[in-house]
Amino acid sequence: MTPPEDRWLDEAAGPLVRPYAMTGGRTRSKRTDLDMIAIIVTAENISVDTRRLGPEHRFIVDACRQPLSVAEIASDLDIPLGVVRILLGDLLEQGLITVGRPAPVSQLPSERVLKEVINGLQAL
Amino acid sequence: MASKRSDPVPSAAPVMPLAVKILVAGGFGVGKTTLVGAVSEIRPLRTEEMLTDRGVGVDDTSGVEQKTTTTVAMDFGRITIRDGLVLYLFGTPGQDRFWFVWDELAMGALGAVVLADTRRLADCFPSVDYFERRGLPFIVAVNCFDGAAQYRAEEVRQALDLDPGVPVVLCDVRDRESGKQVLIAFVEHVLNSLGRQRDRGLTPAR
Repeated sequence: MTPPEDRWLDEAAGPLVRPYAMTGGRTRSKRTDLDMIAIIVTAENISVDTRRLGPEHRFIVDACRQPLSVAEIASDLDIPLGVVRILLGDLLEQGLITVGRPAPVSQLPSERVLKEVINGLQAL
Repeated sequence: MASKRSDPVPSAAPVMPLAVKILVAGGFGVGKTTLVGAVSEIRPLRTEEMLTDRGVGVDDTSGVEQKTTTTVAMDFGRITIRDGLVLYLFGTPGQDRFWFVWDELAMGALGAVVLADTRRLADCFPSVDYFERRGLPFIVAVNCFDGAAQYRAEEVRQALDLDPGVPVVLCDVRDRESGKQVLIAFVEHVLNSLGRQRDRGLTPAR
């Protein structure tokens, strides 16, 4: 029998890896700016019937009722970050989730936050 | 769309936590994941990034139609400082060739703890190089393995040709208290650099 990987052949795209089946073959996210520690929270008052979502999308919507980082979602779902970003992009488009603190490039936390981190570590 | 509400949702919405990220870098087998595990409140989690054409080659893809896929694993841990403030620790991939992942990891990071093993000091050169070039704050933490010759921090600094401002600390990554002290030393270093930058008028205080 053909190994599953070999069945996902696409002439234009080359061999596709299985996780991308969850994304309908898409390998690029519109939201590549989603940091690994960007915090995802499920939106309130969702108007979409979540039962129509795929299992991974639904997992994210359910899990993120408690805020979760992108990295934790990827780890919990056991799928690569690139795939998770695509799934999150879908959910963002549908207004099912919100992202906290988008792409904090070059923006350091304030001194107050850093001091809080030091105190928190000391108290561990 | 119901999601396009113009007025902000009042207090009922869950508080969006602030996340802070510190990288743990260093050569293969130096104890990155051990350090993350020693201080993390959770067993280190593993996340993977799949590199297809993105991380390989530069512009010209002709002749490389046969795309290869490589999976890079990153271990990370979490420390809840308080409700609404979470510290994430990410171990960098051991293989230095995955610079693309390093860039992504470094994005938005406070900086890094570079772990060094005095028996294989050269292994941490690429990490030191990387953070120096990126201008990201880092400290060097020397993991004092059993049986490794003990060096003074100053000797390690000289061997690595570090800027005098970069702290060098000795540690045992298996020990939670020691790991905590490493992280505290790092955040204090960031705090001091911020203070110095502000004194020179480089960064507006937030």
